[in-house]
Amino acid sequence: MQQLGLRFPELLIWSPLIAGLLCFILKNDKNSKAIALVSSLITLVISSASLFYANNKQLSGLEEGYVWMKYIGASFNIGLDGMGHILTFLTAFSFPVIFIATYKTSYKDSFAFYGLMLLAQAGLMGVFTALDALVFYFFWELALIPVYFLSSRWGGEKRIQATFKFFVYTFAGSLLMLIGIIYLYLQTPATAYSEHSFAINAFYSIHFNLTFVQQYWLFWLFFIAFAIKMPVFPFHTWQPDAYEQSPTAVTMVLSGIMVKMGVYAILRWLVPVFPAAMDKYNMLIAALAIFGMIYASIIAIKQDDLKRLVAYSSIAHIGLMCAAIFASGQIAVQGVMIQMFSHGINIIGLWIVIELIERQTGVRKISQLGGIAHKAPVLTIMLVIIALANIALPLTNAFVGEFMMFNGLFKFNIWLAAVAGISIILAAVYTLNMVQKVFYGETNAVTESIKEIAWNEKLALGVLVIAIFFVGVYPQPLFNLTKDVVLMITGNKN
Amino acid sequence: MGFLINGLGRKTLSKTLSGIIGSGVVLGSFLISLYVFFSVKGGNTHVAHYFDFINTANLKIGFDFQVDQLSAIFLLIITGVGFLIHVYSTSYMHEEDNKDFAKYFAYLNLFVFSMLLLVLGANYVIMFIGWEGVGLCSYLLIGYWFKNTNYTNAAKKAFIMNRIGDLGFLLAVFWLFSKLHTSDFHTVFAGIAQLSKTDIIGITILLFVGATGKSAQIPLYTWLPDAMAGPTPVSALIHAATMVTAGIYMIARSNVLYSSEAAEITRLIISIIGLATALLAASIAIKQNDIKKVLAYSTVSQLGFMFLALGCGNYTAAVFHVMTHAFFKALLFLGSGSVIHAMGGEQDITKMGGLNKYMRITQLTFLIGCLAIAGCPPFSGFFSKDAILMSAFEHNKVFYVLALFAAMMTAYYMFRIYFLTFNGKFRGNQEQEHHLHESPAAMTMPLIVLAILAIIGGFVGVPHILGGHNEIAAFLQPVIPVHENAVPISSTTEYGLMIGTTVLMFVAALFAYVQNRNFVAKENTGLGKVLENKWYIDELYDTIIIKPVQSLASFLNNVVEKKGIDGFVNGMGKAVNYGSRQVRLLQSGHVGVYVLLMVIGILILFIVQMFL
Repeated sequence: MQQLGLRFPELLIWSPLIAGLLCFILKNDKNSKAIALVSSLITLVISSASLFYANNKQLSGLEEGYVWMKYIGASFNIGLDGMGHILTFLTAFSFPVIFIATYKTSYKDSFAFYGLMLLAQAGLMGVFTALDALVFYFFWELALIPVYFLSSRWGGEKRIQATFKFFVYTFAGSLLMLIGIIYLYLQTPATAYSEHSFAINAFYSIHFNLTFVQQYWLFWLFFIAFAIKMPVFPFHTWQPDAYEQSPTAVTMVLSGIMVKMGVYAILRWLVPVFPAAMDKYNMLIAALAIFGMIYASIIAIKQDDLKRLVAYSSIAHIGLMCAAIFASGQIAVQGVMIQMFSHGINIIGLWIVIELIERQTGVRKISQLGGIAHKAPVLTIMLVIIALANIALPLTNAFVGEFMMFNGLFKFNIWLAAVAGISIILAAVYTLNMVQKVFYGETNAVTESIKEIAWNEKLALGVLVIAIFFVGVYPQPLFNLTKDVVLMITGNKN
Repeated sequence: MGFLINGLGRKTLSKTLSGIIGSGVVLGSFLISLYVFFSVKGGNTHVAHYFDFINTANLKIGFDFQVDQLSAIFLLIITGVGFLIHVYSTSYMHEEDNKDFAKYFAYLNLFVFSMLLLVLGANYVIMFIGWEGVGLCSYLLIGYWFKNTNYTNAAKKAFIMNRIGDLGFLLAVFWLFSKLHTSDFHTVFAGIAQLSKTDIIGITILLFVGATGKSAQIPLYTWLPDAMAGPTPVSALIHAATMVTAGIYMIARSNVLYSSEAAEITRLIISIIGLATALLAASIAIKQNDIKKVLAYSTVSQLGFMFLALGCGNYTAAVFHVMTHAFFKALLFLGSGSVIHAMGGEQDITKMGGLNKYMRITQLTFLIGCLAIAGCPPFSGFFSKDAILMSAFEHNKVFYVLALFAAMMTAYYMFRIYFLTFNGKFRGNQEQEHHLHESPAAMTMPLIVLAILAIIGGFVGVPHILGGHNEIAAFLQPVIPVHENAVPISSTTEYGLMIGTTVLMFVAALFAYVQNRNFVAKENTGLGKVLENKWYIDELYDTIIIKPVQSLASFLNNVVEKKGIDGFVNGMGKAVNYGSRQVRLLQSGHVGVYVLLMVIGILILFIVQMFL
């Protein structure tokens, strides 16, 4: 059975990859939608099954994978631990939901659209399972490249501009990371096949060979790369534009899953690799993240575009996660684990609702909408639940994560926690404002024509709402899954 | 046993299709509460553990419930008064169509559920869950008629004001966790010795901040009067039985923390805030013309009294006043609902008058409510308010005089609305006069029950001096230890004070009668105008908080974000663009650049490999 357990990471990557390539080979606009849905469901089944074989012990327990480029010490080594399980499951869970929710949207050249989406999924799976720096980098890029195409081809009016900005940012980040990886690689000791190694374990023990100064600047190379992806202030301005201009399905992938790449990467490839730099910069970065969080929350109050509002709200949430990571206590990091999952669920839910409104009315401006609650009560109830989860009301999923992250922050530094707490209030301000202006009040000419949601959207939102309450009321399974990996990341710090 | 309550509480979550189910579950909960009440009377405490909510690292929070004497009293209030309000609502809301009717009852039940969670929780986290749940339900119920923007504004304001308080609560919980690694009540109270003076002051003040939000004290009280936008039974539920008493419950629950030596400064702050709120709100209530607004400000003022009692360390008096207040304030709100119903939605008392001829039951029960809140013996308000005034007297004579003044204002404004509403000539229009009628039985029955309670409710706390046994204090003793008075007051003084108080109340009421016997509407000037405009507090908040945040948001969005950061990035982008145009000689487009650099990267890799 152990053997089967080890096959899961591979299967998770191959399933969307093959389906994605199939879309391109068949070039059939009609079938590709079905292929995408079926393959994403298969992936979900694989991922669910993998949870039963969850080996949440240490990463090092995994066997060598295929030797990829033997002579340079890179091997196709992938594996899953608690954190990997959570994120691969989130990925596997989100794609079918996204496909179902957008089932009625038709895209030009849909074979290419769905093909690229599936390739991105494969890339994401790879990122979350990679145990080798080069493999990690490879999948990191594999996940991003399809998104460039998706946004620039199927996006909104200013898509080229937005994609370009996105591209410049992330590419700069990737480059920094590549330099960092190569530099670190050169410091690793020899293995049986090669002089150096990209293996994660080699990276984890590398800090013994590095001077503090080396750690410090390498830390920034990696941090900036990941901070751009998350994004953390001041590297965030690509995000609202990219979210606004990308087709909503892509935005869902970007915000629901891809931002987790940054968070994940920090936890897996930064925190354990540079312990000395962590100790030196944790205060600085936590403060920066919290500043960014308040900053984004305040800006969110002024946004009139639904997509931009959600984008800034997401920046604020990610800022909290980043701060919690650098507060580096078990409770805080445990909170981050839960929150990575919860944030993905909630934000995808918000996008589905926005997509629905935009498709029916053609409008995303908060000031032009109103009174949707009359026309679509079910949609409104779903939205209200998701919006409340977004502001971390107890018994919804986000409360668990935020409660723990704030708790950890409080232990780290009381004042930081108090300042960060202001965002709880600001979040209520912008979220309720949005709910009030869009859903309550009288209907107007724009919203007069809006209809109640169809079965597929009901299904997608319903699944999300169930997940929200499940994690909110009984989060313990997620804790059990990630307990060991949290311990490994934080050491024994509380 | 706790499971049954929980089970029923949960059942109330289900979307009820009719008011009968809605009221029925609450009635069921009430019966169970009665059972609970008698089972804890002997002084037992029951703790039930369901499952671990969060259990990881050194953080362990269980889904635990606890029933003891304090929660039993609150259970009775919540489910008992809650039930009456449900019954009343079946009639009051009958004009709503089916779906909205069901939605209304679902919200109402959810509200009761959250409130039960709040008082049954065995640790601060579960309490917080109920705490926020209550806030959410009030948001939903105040904004129930969501077409009206003013109403949804009020709902939003309530939620946000509450959230400010919640932040204080949350920080206090974190503080507890960081010091004691737990939030279970019994462990926290047992481990109080491990807390430093700063810890205790910090925690108690932060918890109190939470209480000011939920229980509408200065500076977070302004949401409550606006919350009148909701349907009237909701006002009764929020203001009388449930939400606003949450803060009192929390502090009474944490009495061990608040009684400790170190928390003296906190107690002082609580007394001052409570007293200031009582005075401020009472003064505003004098000049309001909206019947529900007056009642709202009177609630704020009465809550101020309760906090004064808490600050003086007399937790029992506060809980006692919560109870009597629940009876008479629910009565008054439901009575005003009955009036508004009869007047076809009119809430302005200057347009009413002479209603006694049309609605006898409402008038009588309303009168009883007024007598009770004004503190006329032997109505319930007399005993509980007297207990508070006495402890203020023991504590600080200045507090006592000010509290007495606030109590006089209470008598004045209550009788002002009573006389304006029921006495004199009708001042509304013809159509309204034609429409006047007594409300149906589903509405008057709860009024009568509440009126009886408002009359007799005080007898559980008759002080020794009047031949009573102060049973409520004895009942609560396992949770709230009785403190012996440092300086016992002589019985002559106590008698004297009681009589004095009562006489002053009558004077105030009489004054209200004389002044409003022949009511003529006229413009307020000077202080009256300031009071009518609520001391301009809302305007003040608007100027010093809301507007600056808004302009800061605009500034950050338009200047820092667009010109600053984006400007820099776009500059970089232009530079890269320029570079890419050069590179385009070899490759085409952005993706080309990308591939090229990827290739260069790999080349570097190989070169590095060759040399090493």
